[in-house]
Amino acid sequence: MSKTAIIIGGGVAGMETAGQLNRLGIEVVLIEKQASLGGHLKNWDRLFPDRRESQEVFDYLEKGMNDGISLYLNATISDIREAGGKFTVILEDGRELSSDALVLATGYDLFDARKKEEYGFGIYDNVITSAELEEFFRNNKQKNLFEGVQSKRVGIVHCVGSRDEKVGNLYCSKLCCVTGVKQAIEIRELMPDAEIFCFYMDLRMFDRHFEEMYYEAQEKWGIRFIRGRLSEAAENPDHTILVKVEDTLTGLPLKMKVDLLILLVGFVPSPETKRLAGMLGLKEGDDRFLCPSDEHLLPNSTDHPGVFLAGTLKGPASIAATIVDARAAALQVAEYLVNGER
Amino acid sequence: MKSFGYTITKDRQIDYDANDRRLIEYVEGIEPSIRICMECGSCSATCTAGHFTDFSIRRLHTLLQRGETLHLRKEIEKCMLCGKCQLVCPRGVNLRNLILIIHQALDKLHHDL
Amino acid sequence: MKIEGKKQIWNDYQKEIAEDHFFYVRSCIRQNFFPGSEKSFLRIMKEELKKDVYENPSHTTCSGIGYHTDIVPFETSMTMVARQFALMTEAGYENFTTSCITSFGLYSEVLNTWEHEPEMEEKAREFLYKATGREFKKPKNVSHASDVIYRFRKEIAEKGKYRLVNKLTGEPIRVVEHIGCHYSKMFPSKGVGGAEYPYVLIGMIEDWGGEVIDYPERRHCCGFGFRQYLVQANRGFSVSCSKKKFDSMEPYQPEMILTNCPGCPMFLDRWQYAISEMEGKTYGPDGTGIPVLTYEELAGLVLGHDPWDLGLQVHQVPVEPLLDKIGISYDPEKKFKAADGSDIGRPEAPVYLKFYPEQA
Repeated sequence: MSKTAIIIGGGVAGMETAGQLNRLGIEVVLIEKQASLGGHLKNWDRLFPDRRESQEVFDYLEKGMNDGISLYLNATISDIREAGGKFTVILEDGRELSSDALVLATGYDLFDARKKEEYGFGIYDNVITSAELEEFFRNNKQKNLFEGVQSKRVGIVHCVGSRDEKVGNLYCSKLCCVTGVKQAIEIRELMPDAEIFCFYMDLRMFDRHFEEMYYEAQEKWGIRFIRGRLSEAAENPDHTILVKVEDTLTGLPLKMKVDLLILLVGFVPSPETKRLAGMLGLKEGDDRFLCPSDEHLLPNSTDHPGVFLAGTLKGPASIAATIVDARAAALQVAEYLVNGER
Repeated sequence: MKSFGYTITKDRQIDYDANDRRLIEYVEGIEPSIRICMECGSCSATCTAGHFTDFSIRRLHTLLQRGETLHLRKEIEKCMLCGKCQLVCPRGVNLRNLILIIHQALDKLHHDL
Repeated sequence: MKIEGKKQIWNDYQKEIAEDHFFYVRSCIRQNFFPGSEKSFLRIMKEELKKDVYENPSHTTCSGIGYHTDIVPFETSMTMVARQFALMTEAGYENFTTSCITSFGLYSEVLNTWEHEPEMEEKAREFLYKATGREFKKPKNVSHASDVIYRFRKEIAEKGKYRLVNKLTGEPIRVVEHIGCHYSKMFPSKGVGGAEYPYVLIGMIEDWGGEVIDYPERRHCCGFGFRQYLVQANRGFSVSCSKKKFDSMEPYQPEMILTNCPGCPMFLDRWQYAISEMEGKTYGPDGTGIPVLTYEELAGLVLGHDPWDLGLQVHQVPVEPLLDKIGISYDPEKKFKAADGSDIGRPEAPVYLKFYPEQA
């Protein structure tokens, strides 16, 4: 009799884990709380660093969903029970699903920029988040965004909700830097005469081709970088935004007017992850993301036999890294189901 | 005007909108390599003049980017045009030319700097 | 500007403010700076709102100025705060309300310290007992007097004779609100509306008919500091801070500034005069300044108190243009007369700042 795995979460990690397990001959049930698959990927227009269409990645993941995967959309889990090495997942509508293994792939949430009160998100008209900008790009609505904008100066703020103990997030979200540079280039393409500034503390262009993208942003696109964390924003009488930073490379405070301020919001653990982790007694780190049994050697296993982790519920990760992690998780699950090893 | 025994201090804040950026635009037009500076400071660390005066070519370049050009003419006189900064620059910014073009720009733009 | 965004933040920072029976402590300096303000508070509370407010003449400075000038050590400040609490306890009161913002900040700091380090509270109790034989209970409620006026702002509006509206145009008066730094920058949860968009004065302005101006340097300190003002040679720093604020608010054409701190109205008012004398610059139309009022003075005006009873003649930026706009009646002849009709003298007219009554 074939073994069954339940994957919770139908974003990038969940889709790829499900697809891989399915290809390995394991019966897969995929549960997603929303009406469609794809998670945050569906909110992206183009991906860093090569700016390919996010749709291409989605199409690949979707292909993996073909046969044999039982899909439960709009499904919220009310309880998880365990007996004799078998898991029973109970949905809110009363349906019961059972399996030999569970994979949590419940992802992350975006930081709520309103918590940085001094940046005026939700208060000033021309302060938006990087996610909103991406949505504009995706829906080809940038024109609305820049309507009536005169001098076209754009400020991009790094580390919003990241590296910030005041909002409870000491960690680096690590993908905001490259997102900011990508979006800066994309704005430049739309508005060749715009002045575009990134306000950063240090640019963490850690992955392959990221540093080159930063170079290209400076050399080819004339994006300007000011080292200094945004201290506060205010609204001018003409609805432009006045930003204040310390230009730490000159050692002087600096103010400038921007027409549009974009906040690069970071990753935060999702409440749904916390809820499910509570049901299963899983370990949370100091950063509130979930901890695997061993970060080096067992990055997808938990101390709870039969329960596995995949993707950004363990912390900020790119789509490329999430896909690799999902494949590793699938292999770990398969090994457990075949050999009984975690 | 009255004196009360104290004076109004000039604001140290860089007012980017009020600053005159013609100079940097001129310089960048001729020497676009200055755009790719990543502010590492190698140039200033090795600068002959920087060891004996408060000259910092890295900082001078950054201030120029912000449109802060006060004392610039006097500042660039400290450079000995030895070219060591350019030799160590990991990104190949043509720093020697930066100084030369600033000279040229100051004359051309009749800046009172 | 999306007001809903601010409302959400205001909802997040609601604090409890007692309803009655206040133990009131005065500020060290306000009776000199703006002598009508505390008197006006007591008149409004006792006579108009019929509240019980008790003052004990043996209360002293909280030592906040000394503490912030590095003269008084924290242990001493803590013990002096404990003594004020003892006076409150002895008088049978539980709601502590302070006239001064720095006092409010210091009381908040001491109580917060005691919460996190109970051994410090024990120390304060021991010091106080050894020095004075007194004991105390911690207050149930600590509020700044502007919190109290905020709490009763709607009652004041109902009883009010005037609204913050331009009599001729019907337009609301455009008001800049300036919050004392020690009100909520140190403990955002202790201030109505928090620290970024404090609501305590905005609530008054809105309910009394005015329009609030939000300008970029609203969070900037007025420049009082402590040692920055106390030494004459350092005052340039202080005046520069106020100037930064004036330059930032000027494009919004404010018609008045409302404050809740002892120092801020002093400096925002006096420095307008100093700047005008030093640089010839004035910030209101036609050589006038931007009148600066304390919240008690404004509440008094709304309730129809006589401007000269409120002490508005000691302001260096003349308030007459504002009074005229709202239509508040006053007798220009009485500006420099005491209650008994005797002459209290008049200041030398400034060179640039328009003086009232205008010289013929």
